[in-house]
Amino acid sequence: MYSFDYVKPSSLQDALDAISGGGQPLGGGQTLIPTLKQRLAMPEALVDLTGIAELKGVSMSGDKLSVGGATRHADVAASAEVKAKIPALAALAGQIGDPQVRNRGTIGGSIANNDPAACYPSAVLALGATVRTDKREIAADDYFQGLFTTALEEGEVVVGVDFPVPEKAAYQKFVQPASRFALTGVFVAKFAGGVRVAVTGASQDGVFRWSEAEAALSSNFSADAVPAAPVADGMIGDIHGTPEYRAHLVQVMTKRAVAAAG
Amino acid sequence: MSKKPVQFRLNGAERAVFVEGGQNLLDTIRRGLGDTSPKWGCGQGTCGACTVLIDGQPHLACLTLAEAVEGREISTNAGLGANGLHPLQQAFMDHFAAQCGFCTSGMLMAAKALLDRNPNPTRDEVIEAISGNICRCTGYEPIIDAILDAAKRRAA
Repeated sequence: MYSFDYVKPSSLQDALDAISGGGQPLGGGQTLIPTLKQRLAMPEALVDLTGIAELKGVSMSGDKLSVGGATRHADVAASAEVKAKIPALAALAGQIGDPQVRNRGTIGGSIANNDPAACYPSAVLALGATVRTDKREIAADDYFQGLFTTALEEGEVVVGVDFPVPEKAAYQKFVQPASRFALTGVFVAKFAGGVRVAVTGASQDGVFRWSEAEAALSSNFSADAVPAAPVADGMIGDIHGTPEYRAHLVQVMTKRAVAAAG
Repeated sequence: MSKKPVQFRLNGAERAVFVEGGQNLLDTIRRGLGDTSPKWGCGQGTCGACTVLIDGQPHLACLTLAEAVEGREISTNAGLGANGLHPLQQAFMDHFAAQCGFCTSGMLMAAKALLDRNPNPTRDEVIEAISGNICRCTGYEPIIDAILDAAKRRAA
């Protein structure tokens, strides 16, 4: 590893000062540290956000479930509040990677990175969450902008994510067994106003909403109502599966998610 | 860039060590403190051979910066066997759960975290607990058997 400075501020303001001085925000480091080891990035300083109390933990904020940006996956998975309000979100967090990853990785880190096969983006998008940063609030529909691309500006920090509480929701992931990323994962959320379906792991553009399934499920919330698989154009093809295979999985995992949501 | 002091507990003993900026915990334990029981496998957070416990929970030492564990309690496989073989270590021997042995330290620490939290796990819970640890020799079955047997022995 090359040499860099490390700071672990205890206040958001100190962190923002360090970041505006050229520091790179650090969540759990489960993606960023390997990236530095491969020299795909070489920041001169890392600003560890996990020592900032206001960025950690889960609470109800009005009618939304608010998760601090530096909250670890293991803590979301174990949270009694998340299990009570949005059990599908707790279940998703408990399936991310492996125990070692869940003990360090954070929700803010995951959605700032926006890996096309990460689990969290599907929950944030399907639940229509709001991403709160140090500067503004960003609707999930505006936040995810393609492969490893988000609405975040340079140096902008995810302070928290506010999730509307659905009537029903479920996440179903077809696990890539070595990495335990989603080969394809589907998060389905049913609200009074309709159903939202977000798919991760499948598209070359990263997480997306499957609008045909949303329309069908909004009028009939049952696995039988899930439409035919989307077209394979634009789906990821790699040694683990062809675009056609992933397109098929989108339909299958959506059906399973609807069935699991009950 | 100047070195920085870091203090933490390693297997129950207070340790202080100077680290380079950006130095990871694995390097710090192995080269800085001479405990070579956590293994350097992939160095990319994929294999789990470097698994250590931080305050009782499994973490990848290769992806953890040494400066981030200031004041924390670190446990490694060397500490596990400090007072005679731990039931997990004995069970791994009895079930031939190690062939080349490179993954064993990490497997043992992931298994210890599980049994400390859940003394009577199901087979599926064992599989989940070691899902971040790759073994290229055993096919996993003897490892799973050993962890389940160790749980039984600890209960007995």
